[in-house]
Amino acid sequence: MDKRYEYLEHTADARFRAYGESLEEAFENAAYAMFNVMIDTSTVSAETSYEIELTSEDIEGLLFNWLSEILFVFEVESLAFAKFAVDRLEQDKDNFRLVARALGEEIDLSRHRFGTEVKAATYNDMRIERTPEGWMIQATVDT
Amino acid sequence: MSEETEISVFDILIKIDDNTWEVPIGYKAGMHVPGRIFVSGHLLGILEKETIDQVANVAMLPGIQKYSMAMPDAHLGYGFSIGGVAAFDKENGIISPGGVGFDINCGVRLIRTNLLENDVRPKLSQLLDDLFEAIPTGVGSKSRLRVSDAELDDIFINGVQWAVDKGYGVKEDLDHCESGGKIPGADPSKVSAKARKRGRPQLGTLGSGNHFLEVQYVDEIYDEELASVFGLHKGQVTFMIHCGSRGAGHQICTDHLQVLTQASRKYNIALPDKQLACAPAQSPEAQDYFKAMLCAANYAWVNRHVIMHWTREVFEKTFAEEFGDLGMHLVYDVAHNIAKLEEHTVDGKKTEVYVHRKGATRAFSPGHPDLPDDYRVTGQPVIIPGSMGTASYVLCGTKESMEISFGSACHGAGRVMSRKSAKSELHGEQVREELSLKGIQVRASQPSLIAEEAPEVYKSSSEVVDVVHDLGIAKKVAKLLPMGVIKG
Repeated sequence: MDKRYEYLEHTADARFRAYGESLEEAFENAAYAMFNVMIDTSTVSAETSYEIELTSEDIEGLLFNWLSEILFVFEVESLAFAKFAVDRLEQDKDNFRLVARALGEEIDLSRHRFGTEVKAATYNDMRIERTPEGWMIQATVDT
Repeated sequence: MSEETEISVFDILIKIDDNTWEVPIGYKAGMHVPGRIFVSGHLLGILEKETIDQVANVAMLPGIQKYSMAMPDAHLGYGFSIGGVAAFDKENGIISPGGVGFDINCGVRLIRTNLLENDVRPKLSQLLDDLFEAIPTGVGSKSRLRVSDAELDDIFINGVQWAVDKGYGVKEDLDHCESGGKIPGADPSKVSAKARKRGRPQLGTLGSGNHFLEVQYVDEIYDEELASVFGLHKGQVTFMIHCGSRGAGHQICTDHLQVLTQASRKYNIALPDKQLACAPAQSPEAQDYFKAMLCAANYAWVNRHVIMHWTREVFEKTFAEEFGDLGMHLVYDVAHNIAKLEEHTVDGKKTEVYVHRKGATRAFSPGHPDLPDDYRVTGQPVIIPGSMGTASYVLCGTKESMEISFGSACHGAGRVMSRKSAKSELHGEQVREELSLKGIQVRASQPSLIAEEAPEVYKSSSEVVDVVHDLGIAKKVAKLLPMGVIKG
């Protein structure tokens, strides 16, 4: 993929499209897109790994949970992230399930470049679509 | 805005009067009531069509009363538009987190002083540095105040009363806070462990984005009589706090949005936008959200209260006087992201409704029983923050607001430019320089934030305020100009 994600115009919040050859990769890039609103991930190093496992009844719910969980871990563990790795994204008869790692380090206000706080993920105009190149995710986060 | 969009906005709406535009019931299939957008012709020209769609979407929700409304500062949100107001029948209506937002009880608090502009100018730089130091700001900031789980329960239930009992502020502060700084009915058992974890270290933190602290002075008085009741006079220095419920509120909304998404399916409520997830007002799902939302609302009032307390301490140090001697009284504190059970008159009958205000301020009339004794003659103070570098306003509620807008008015200037465009078109240091030439000093954790929040990215606060004044839903009392701004 040439472009991992791009930001779209939105008056008040941050809206982005994230791409991936696989759905896993699109989920990873959606996390980068959201997190880069808050912090320049290139200023963070991937020292520690945080495991994330989530389920949801539908794929939109899974994306909402994934983005929400990253915000939660960022805030309560004081971890800034450099890298997101979605190891498995699967569907059984009742649920969608995601197993992933978020890699980063403890927040260091002297080194990390912060932007605007993302308050929450939203379902607003959320799209998860197959494209000729793979997958496209559109999401809006509340800033 | 393209010309096409402008034409289509005027094509959709029916003009009722200069500042009232109707979204007709047939605009979208399934609308129960018309939409009402309160804007001037000029402000309508910069309104996105999607905002009108969001007003129409809200009109489709069960049990909506009279109109789905949008205030003059309306702009694109998620679920409800920002500036959206809607009331739903207590029995046959719904409750929706999409009508409150993630930042539950984001709001504004105004503190007056007996200092004059000239007393403060020479010490402004030091004052701002000390405030910036005393009050944690920015992404991921943590408070020096840590509360236990038991204390958090107390905060969720008792709001500002908890803070006053702990020695933050004084008893008189309670009267000058909307709902006395505590809405009864909050139930901490409806708040998740995750929300608690986010809430414990963040009391007394500003956050980021459009939140701010501002040292201001009264530039103009529009109504001497009302202003004197609020303790405001020309040249006087005031202090404004704009923030909300921080991670606790964001997580409470996130958690309950999941539950209500499933509940919408369970109760067969057709949703035009998934972010409008809701449930019948008296269902367990809706009531659980409401009781948790009240916890966040009470938390937010404590958050602003603790920040006010630390502000008073900084002023005491700077001016070597007790805050009481400095006349640092709370003028009022208003919520602008909240749902409340209120009594209103609909079709000539008094009825209880869940009023959702998302980016809108309560504006109760003179004589309303919910107001403190000293403001019962004036009507409720309505505090409208400007954007960075522009004027803020104090207004007061009117009888008309009860008739027209379920006792509501606008909440701020309203964005017109995205953060993305702001960052590419404006430079933080340049904006800082321009503001400095106007006598406004800025402290911010990142220069890019100054660009994202520059005056140009917002509608003019004065234009927005003129609409509510002309409509009569709130009356102008005073205009405040910034001297120093702290951005998270």
